[in-house]
Amino acid sequence: MKKRTLITSAIALVFAQALPAAAQGKDPIRIGAVLSTTGPAAYLGDPQLKTLQTYLAQINQDGGVLGRKLELVHYDDASEAAKANGFAKRLIDDDKVDLLIAGTTTGATMAMAPLVEKAGIPLISLSGAVVVVEPVKKWIFKTPHTDRMAAEKVFEDMKKRGITKVGLLSETSGFGQSGAKETRAVAQKYGITLVADETYGPKDTDVTAQLTKIRAVPGIQALFVFGLGQGPAVVTKNYAQLGLTVPLYQSHGVASNEFVRLAGKAAEGVRLPSPALLVANALAANDPQKPLVTSYAATYWKQYKDEPSTFGGYALDALMLGVSAIKRAGGTTKEAVRSALEQTRGFMGTTGQFNLSATDHMGLDLSAFRMLEVRDGGWTLLK
Amino acid sequence: MLSQLLQFLFSGLTVGATYALAALGFAIIYNASGVINFAQGEFIMLGGMAAVALAALGLPLPVAIVLAVAVTGLAGLLIEKFAIEPAGRADVVPLIIITIGASLVVRGLVQVTLGKGTHSLPAFSGEQPLAIAGATLLPQSLWVVGVAAVVVAALAWFFGRTARGKAMLATSHNRLAAELVGISTRSVLLLSFVLSGALGAVGGILVAPLTYTSYDMGIMLGLKGFVAATLGGLGSGLGAVVGGLLLGVLEAMTAGYISSAYKDAMPFVLILLVLFFMPRGLFGAKTIDRV
Amino acid sequence: MNKLPSSTRALMLLALVLLCLPLVLPNSFYYDVAIRVAFNAVIAIGLNLLIGYTGQISLGHAGFFGLGAYASAILSSRYGWPPALALVAAAAGVATLALLVARPVLRLKGHYLAMATLGLGIIIMIMLTNESALTGGPDGMAVPPFSVFGRELSGEKHWYAVGAVALWLMAWTALNLINAPGGRALQAIHGSEIAALAVGVDVAAMKVRVFVLSAAVASVMGSLSAHYVGFVTPGVAGFLHSIELVTMVVLGGMASVFGSIIGTVVLTLLPQLLSAFEGWETLAFGAVLMLCMILLPKGVVPTLRARLNRSAP
Repeated sequence: MKKRTLITSAIALVFAQALPAAAQGKDPIRIGAVLSTTGPAAYLGDPQLKTLQTYLAQINQDGGVLGRKLELVHYDDASEAAKANGFAKRLIDDDKVDLLIAGTTTGATMAMAPLVEKAGIPLISLSGAVVVVEPVKKWIFKTPHTDRMAAEKVFEDMKKRGITKVGLLSETSGFGQSGAKETRAVAQKYGITLVADETYGPKDTDVTAQLTKIRAVPGIQALFVFGLGQGPAVVTKNYAQLGLTVPLYQSHGVASNEFVRLAGKAAEGVRLPSPALLVANALAANDPQKPLVTSYAATYWKQYKDEPSTFGGYALDALMLGVSAIKRAGGTTKEAVRSALEQTRGFMGTTGQFNLSATDHMGLDLSAFRMLEVRDGGWTLLK
Repeated sequence: MLSQLLQFLFSGLTVGATYALAALGFAIIYNASGVINFAQGEFIMLGGMAAVALAALGLPLPVAIVLAVAVTGLAGLLIEKFAIEPAGRADVVPLIIITIGASLVVRGLVQVTLGKGTHSLPAFSGEQPLAIAGATLLPQSLWVVGVAAVVVAALAWFFGRTARGKAMLATSHNRLAAELVGISTRSVLLLSFVLSGALGAVGGILVAPLTYTSYDMGIMLGLKGFVAATLGGLGSGLGAVVGGLLLGVLEAMTAGYISSAYKDAMPFVLILLVLFFMPRGLFGAKTIDRV
Repeated sequence: MNKLPSSTRALMLLALVLLCLPLVLPNSFYYDVAIRVAFNAVIAIGLNLLIGYTGQISLGHAGFFGLGAYASAILSSRYGWPPALALVAAAAGVATLALLVARPVLRLKGHYLAMATLGLGIIIMIMLTNESALTGGPDGMAVPPFSVFGRELSGEKHWYAVGAVALWLMAWTALNLINAPGGRALQAIHGSEIAALAVGVDVAAMKVRVFVLSAAVASVMGSLSAHYVGFVTPGVAGFLHSIELVTMVVLGGMASVFGSIIGTVVLTLLPQLLSAFEGWETLAFGAVLMLCMILLPKGVVPTLRARLNRSAP
């Protein structure tokens, strides 16, 4: 028995010496993800995780990046920023990841920010608020449009139609409040006055009280709702119930088919800014985004029998940006990847075309947003 | 002015009817066992989600609804059998933790099997709003308030006029005495959980067309139901209903007249005030504690 | 009941464990978990005095934690106060608030008390979420690092020392409180409130004192946590956090100081362990809670102690 153990260990030792040498160049590239796959933001985090997993597998099937396989280590922060902070620490110190694609919510991203900056590891955030990239933080990037851009796109459309008196109904969630703040900040630039400013809770089941108050404001010409998930659907239903006729604008937080499904007939005529993914089929044949968004829609549908969401699109863009940066940096040295990210130009994603720089860690402009309107239960591109 | 007040009243009563059903669920279980069932909110969620899932399988809506109520009643039974009964005569706090654990299990199960999406049920009789004196009301709201009223009346009849119901009431007044006169307190407990489960499910199904349902909608509803039950006085059925309606209306009024941001704080401010001045709630009986 | 020699021995053991732990912690992440456990355990011990000894329930303790955290955050970052001063001021403020609400709240019993404390906690959280000009709103705000006399606390080794010292001090204080002559009043109340009243213990005053103490402790730990993490969100004052704290106390064993520490360890480590379950975490967590409370109704430590006593020759 003892002799056999000795021989076995000797053989094992020999192999153990050989393996690291073989594995040296084949160390997987570890990508860490902290996403909100449960809790109030699960609606965003769930497609994000699925997208990452699907495309990671596809990249690996096609040979990986720089000959190395990609490995995803992910944790669920349950939509709580404090948990995100803890998991980020785990990813950086224990799992020793090379890159972070994390932060479904702005709260989570900001909670991870001090850690990330201190540890010196690139983080591509999937959250919306402008505070993530303004002021620019050395290691933090993001792929979604900012909430300020959403407000600006909406106001741009309103100005075109001569609307000047607008009511704001925002959600008390981080997304809603940050969006409300940006809305108030840019209103004047477009000659808009906010004549009503109410809030509702993300799990509220009825907002007729707030809408009744808003309806009573004299001279109101439009309503802008900033929220995500089911809240805006409830708002839209109540809006129809009360017989409100002023145009209803929503934010990109409900740029999804689920919103139309939930709000039903009440969603007719709702306008919102959205990445091109929602109207993939309606895009002009020569639209530079068309190939990518149609392929994403097809891939997601094949795997999950569900329509892709724009939130999943943010994750896809983050993954592809990261991969492209790693390729250009020739490895996973964190500083090299970081500056490669900053030098990204003309990168086409599902959210738009990215042109990053040292002063712009998001890289999108207003043209990446399309103004859409709900007609006959589907999305129409407004020109 | 009046139409605004009326509008707030309508939305408050609709939401309040849901709270009332949740509060009743709390009251029934509390009466039979002294347990505050933190899983009550999950019963409401389970009813709605089960109905959605069954309807999606192709079953006609009424069948799906009946089955969903049955499923939730079963869930209540399972919780009583596997969580409450084994705990025996545990103290208040461990029991609270157990019911919280049970609520997590229900929520976790729904999350894994039915997903994290938001779902809706078709409105029972259409979506055309009704105009009444300048305010509008959705027909579904009438369903909510109407069915809730029928349920409350049925429960009152059950507790007041049937032997089973009276046995449950007897158990709530004095468990030992009830056992002595031959009432099986075990089966009373079981029945209370099944009943509360079914009640919660009915509430969840009624409001699903209005408010949607998702795996995590039970948390806030359970909490507000608890507040409503405490407001009315724990253990009082009438108190639960009044508490629920009052809560809903006051919430709507706060949102309409004071501040929509603090609307969610109002139930808790109210309960603090009530408890400070009326420690037994609005209708709670003065109890005598044996020491 | 804790006999004096055994509690001294236990304290020495605790000190030993705390001193030796750094030798086995492999990297910063493990330090982080240890620090979080230490902080939570301090709060749990304070809460245990309230729940286990004076028999009160608090489903809103996270509210005190949150107030401490935000007060420190706001005073030190917006008003430039030295963090140590902000911490003390926050604790004083929270203690005052606790004092104000203690008398009317502690008159309530059982579920009514639970409801009142629950309401208090939720009102605090809603206020923290809504007053965004002051608190940064639902997305929270950044907190400057903790510095005292110009020396900054940074890095997990410093914070581990803080956590370990705080934990040991809290355990020592609690054990002394319980075993000292004045503390016998606490044990009397735990045994039977009416009997304690009958022998002249000022039960109401004792309850208030313990409530205020545990609130102040929660506030101090809230402040320290805020500086450690560098960020604070309204969620820390939420209902779920309050439930976690109560569970730590109950799981470990009510009226058992070391039970609270064990309970905290279990409850802090459990989410980390369950993260491997991907999607089943909620279900698993709920199942674990239920099983623990059903099989170990008195909590881990008291039940184990009873078993050991029974099997001892």
